[in-house]
Amino acid sequence: MEVYVLLGFVLILSIYLGLELISKVPSTLHTPLMSGANAISGIALVGALVLSTNSQLQEILALLAITFASINVFGGYLVTNRMLKMFKKK
Amino acid sequence: MSFFSDISAIQNIVYIFSSILFISGIKMLGKEDTAVRGNFLSASAMFIAVAVTIINVVNPVIVLIGVSIGAVIGSLIALRVKMTSIPEMVALFNGFGGLATFFIAWSEFNAIPDNVFQFIVIMLTTYIGGVTFSGSIIAYGKLSEKLKVKKDSFVTKIFTTFFYASILFLVYSIGFTEIIELPINFYTVLLILTLLGGIGFVIPIGGGDMPVVISLLNSFSGIAAAFAGLLLLNNVLIVAGSLVGASGLILTIIMAKAMNRSIGNILFVGYASSSSSSGSQETGEVKPINVADAYLILENASSVLVIPGYGMAVAQAQHVVRELGELLEENGTEVKYGIHPVAGRMPGHMNVLLAEANVPYDVLVEPDDVNPSMDTVDVAIVIGANDVVNPSATEEPGSPIYGMPIIEVHNARTVFVLKRSMSAGFAGVQNPLFFKQNTRMLFGDAKESIGGLVSEFKE
Repeated sequence: MEVYVLLGFVLILSIYLGLELISKVPSTLHTPLMSGANAISGIALVGALVLSTNSQLQEILALLAITFASINVFGGYLVTNRMLKMFKKK
Repeated sequence: MSFFSDISAIQNIVYIFSSILFISGIKMLGKEDTAVRGNFLSASAMFIAVAVTIINVVNPVIVLIGVSIGAVIGSLIALRVKMTSIPEMVALFNGFGGLATFFIAWSEFNAIPDNVFQFIVIMLTTYIGGVTFSGSIIAYGKLSEKLKVKKDSFVTKIFTTFFYASILFLVYSIGFTEIIELPINFYTVLLILTLLGGIGFVIPIGGGDMPVVISLLNSFSGIAAAFAGLLLLNNVLIVAGSLVGASGLILTIIMAKAMNRSIGNILFVGYASSSSSSGSQETGEVKPINVADAYLILENASSVLVIPGYGMAVAQAQHVVRELGELLEENGTEVKYGIHPVAGRMPGHMNVLLAEANVPYDVLVEPDDVNPSMDTVDVAIVIGANDVVNPSATEEPGSPIYGMPIIEVHNARTVFVLKRSMSAGFAGVQNPLFFKQNTRMLFGDAKESIGGLVSEFKE
């Protein structure tokens, strides 16, 4: 149980940190921020990698989780980068 | 210490390092000058976290197959997609992230949770991940205009019912599965209801409210990942997921504020039921103008403000708009673009479109910057925007959009409104701007009208 309390603590602090860090974003960056954050949520890939694969169902679920998280990671970062490159100053 | 605990200690230390990179990355992503580097930092953080996890992975074949397929599909979509379809791409990728956590929770359920807390987290992760997935797919359908369902249709009502049923069932799953037993496998029911519920969550929400939903789904995908981290006792998942959750939440709040509505009103009520009382059917005389006359006025203007809206995206007029802007500048006119936060279908939609057309971002201004000096603007050109320039928001306390911050173009010397017809905007409210003394309506397709102005300038 202790470990959950500790991790819950990390969760709350990280959310708070996130809110503080991103509170003032110029509207030009709304889409790239969303898309870049979306790529970060592909961190689920790390979770998918450590899944146990003891049964056939679990093997399939792990494969699907890894595949979709990878699409999210690769697609997300590339699209964000492409978008940011378009933003130019005068 | 055994070999394995050594590896996991190293992994945890690397996860901390990776978390720091994620935090700096997302911070830098919020500023124009550092955004590209921020994205790169966050990608490096991802690479490091994944690489150190792969070291002692149990089933390398599955990993290799999954990552390769994902890398190919993801990269192909990202590099081939047209910049104008960015909104639906973001929705799609977002959905895939949610789907991954949905599968993670499902798999963990089959690993048989050994305490109540784990059980609860599995249920919550399943639900948030699943709703993020099916909700994002519906958002994708709506944004790419492949899916058209009316708010008051039968289908919408059925799925909305599924949404509420899914919440009830989630509560049942968390609280009562130990006490009341179902004759069928409750988890299978939860999986199905979750996916149907996600559809029901997004399907009633109209196009103009899409920016809020997209940001919220973005936030959900992060929270789902953070919960998966709680489930797998993984630090970096929790930190990275929480950052995404927070950034999505901030965008959601910015969007809701820009509409002066509560998040609850946007998600569960919508304009349709709140706007019935609006009686201000202002009818006056509309003054149309043709391209040749508009050109004469523009030629003598010393400052022009362009206000784009979803109509510009639909007409794909951003390139001609940029061309007109350049011609005006050659003519000595100062050109700025007034961007309302909720113009378009996602946060920052107009900024992306104009960037794609090579409009530099420092001529894009926000409502607060441009409103105080509006009376010095000679011509405000409204291109396919409606509610975000509706003066009812400041003048008519009875209007459903009263209090919404707008771009006050009615205070400019002359206003050109480019529009196909006299129909009302997304909010269903008539726009008194069209009947103002200083307003001239330029009817027709925005791309053709602007194109006409461009060729007048070139002659």
